[in-house]
Amino acid sequence: MSASAEATVLITHAVGLHARPSVKFTKLAKTFAAEVEVAVAANGPWFDAKSIVKVMAAKAPKGTLLHIRAKGDGATQAVKALVDLVQRDFDEDADHARTA
Amino acid sequence: MSVGNRVMRIEGIPASPGYAEGPLFDLDQPPVSYKAKASAEEEQTALVSAIGKAVGRLAVLVETADGDAAGILEFHIAMLEDDALSGPALTAIGSGQPADAAWRAALDREIAGYEASDQDYFRARAADLRDIRDQVLRALSEDGEAAAPPGAILHGEDIAPTRFLETDWSKGGGIALQRGSTASHVAMLARSRGVPMVVGLGALAAPRTGDALLNAEHGAIIFSPSLAETEAFRQSASAFADRLGAAKTFLTEPAVTKAGTAVRVQVNIAYPSDVEGIDIESCDGVGLMRTEFLFGKTLPDEETQYHAYRKVLEWAGGKPVTIRTVDAGGDKPVPGFTVEEINPFLGLRGIRLSLKRLDIFRVQIRALLRAAIHGNLRVMFPMIATPDEYSQAAALFAEERAALVARGVAHRLPPLGIMVEVPSVALAPEDFADVAFFSIGSNDLTQYVMAAARDNAAVAHLNSVRQPAVLRLIAAVAAFGLEKGIPVSLCGDAGGDPETIPALLEAGLRDLSVAPAQLAMAKAAIAGVAV
Repeated sequence: MSASAEATVLITHAVGLHARPSVKFTKLAKTFAAEVEVAVAANGPWFDAKSIVKVMAAKAPKGTLLHIRAKGDGATQAVKALVDLVQRDFDEDADHARTA
Repeated sequence: MSVGNRVMRIEGIPASPGYAEGPLFDLDQPPVSYKAKASAEEEQTALVSAIGKAVGRLAVLVETADGDAAGILEFHIAMLEDDALSGPALTAIGSGQPADAAWRAALDREIAGYEASDQDYFRARAADLRDIRDQVLRALSEDGEAAAPPGAILHGEDIAPTRFLETDWSKGGGIALQRGSTASHVAMLARSRGVPMVVGLGALAAPRTGDALLNAEHGAIIFSPSLAETEAFRQSASAFADRLGAAKTFLTEPAVTKAGTAVRVQVNIAYPSDVEGIDIESCDGVGLMRTEFLFGKTLPDEETQYHAYRKVLEWAGGKPVTIRTVDAGGDKPVPGFTVEEINPFLGLRGIRLSLKRLDIFRVQIRALLRAAIHGNLRVMFPMIATPDEYSQAAALFAEERAALVARGVAHRLPPLGIMVEVPSVALAPEDFADVAFFSIGSNDLTQYVMAAARDNAAVAHLNSVRQPAVLRLIAAVAAFGLEKGIPVSLCGDAGGDPETIPALLEAGLRDLSVAPAQLAMAKAAIAGVAV
């Protein structure tokens, strides 16, 4: 049952994968059983996508091509969901609209 | 003089009016130091439970925080809950280190990593990591540390904003500080929540325990009061409450002097969430919305700012909302933005800093232009000293506006005005005849005219708007505005001070902006003036 998936996505959020976006990114990653990793270069280093400490350590600013890979149950769905989140600019807009 | 149980009265400076009677709570108790445990397992358990305690505290704060502050707190929680943060410390404990040293070393390594980043946003995170580190160190060492009992008078050298926010003020209580400042962040919070506060009590050896009476209307604290003193205090407190109650009847009415002169009274706010407790019907708009607190620990992005401004504009309906561009620097440092200076009040602050950091300023300008379509926005620049600074800032608005036009983004160019707080503007207002409005920042104007730092209790007697030289400048600006048809308002603390209001109206002002908690008293004071 071991699946694997990989994708790249451009970070368009104004300040990149920093505090608030990282919270959302890791929370979403944790909803999947698969092992998920991110990197800012194709050849790594790879960071655990479920650890905010590690994701923050990747220091990915706006304009970074983020590499995401997953292994295990739901790997394809995990990569797709995370790519979507980055493409939606981490839903920052919608969240603020709710509290505004 | 013995401090034993003798009655002792110390004078200070009122920072937030009111009366409090209750037990003293010592803010300066030496931090309980961490007690080493018997085994590595116990050390590890102590660290894990301290992290849990810190998370629990943050979770409580999240519930009352608004969107932006909550976002930062949630980030702290997520970091603390990540095993990757505690892992290295737990390993170090396993090889013989005590929990506090292991945690400090592990976090200091993380902090160094952020400080080494070449990007402002990530460098600014070092401050968050330090905060996270210290929260856990505090939880580790305070096994038995007491929280302030409800209704206590918090007494000490100074107070941290988090301590203020963690304290339950629903049962009364107050704050008495040896140092402190009426312009501090906590003083502002105290005024807007109606918590009595006195600063500048000085370093006299005062009792640390027992009961005390805090008179934050006139600025004094009485330790170990006699029965007679307690009775007199209660009478003053109840007279104050009566006046406050009587003033409430003025709250919903437009402000008018005894002679029938109408005075506009607006409010000053610091956070978008401040408006939640204010009835828009009770004021004429927002005379000053500070934006530096949005910049508190992180640099907010355009969307965050846009939604913060929009929220206040929508709350105000059609009433004017004057937003001041970021006034960082001075006593309001922002990590990743302000620079460290020997004399920050005379350095790179306000518009000077914004014009140096165009990357950050342009983000704010775009957010303001976009938000302007949601209400009656006016924008003002802080710390303007020369006409050229205003022209540069106005030109940036024009440039960003052109870019929004090109992108087809909805926006509106708001009227652009300036703060009058550097004496060069007050002395030569004719050089600024093309601004849309003047807003007198009386706190800074006074400190610059009198050469008396507003955060220094030792020169507080000089720091008064009622000094003739300061009043003369205010009158000159008001007269110039009247002559040229340029609106002039005042948004410093003096505008909400019942004892100063008569002098301000006599100087020709008809437009004041005050802390929300002072609205009723200010209107009541206006009603008693014969101008």
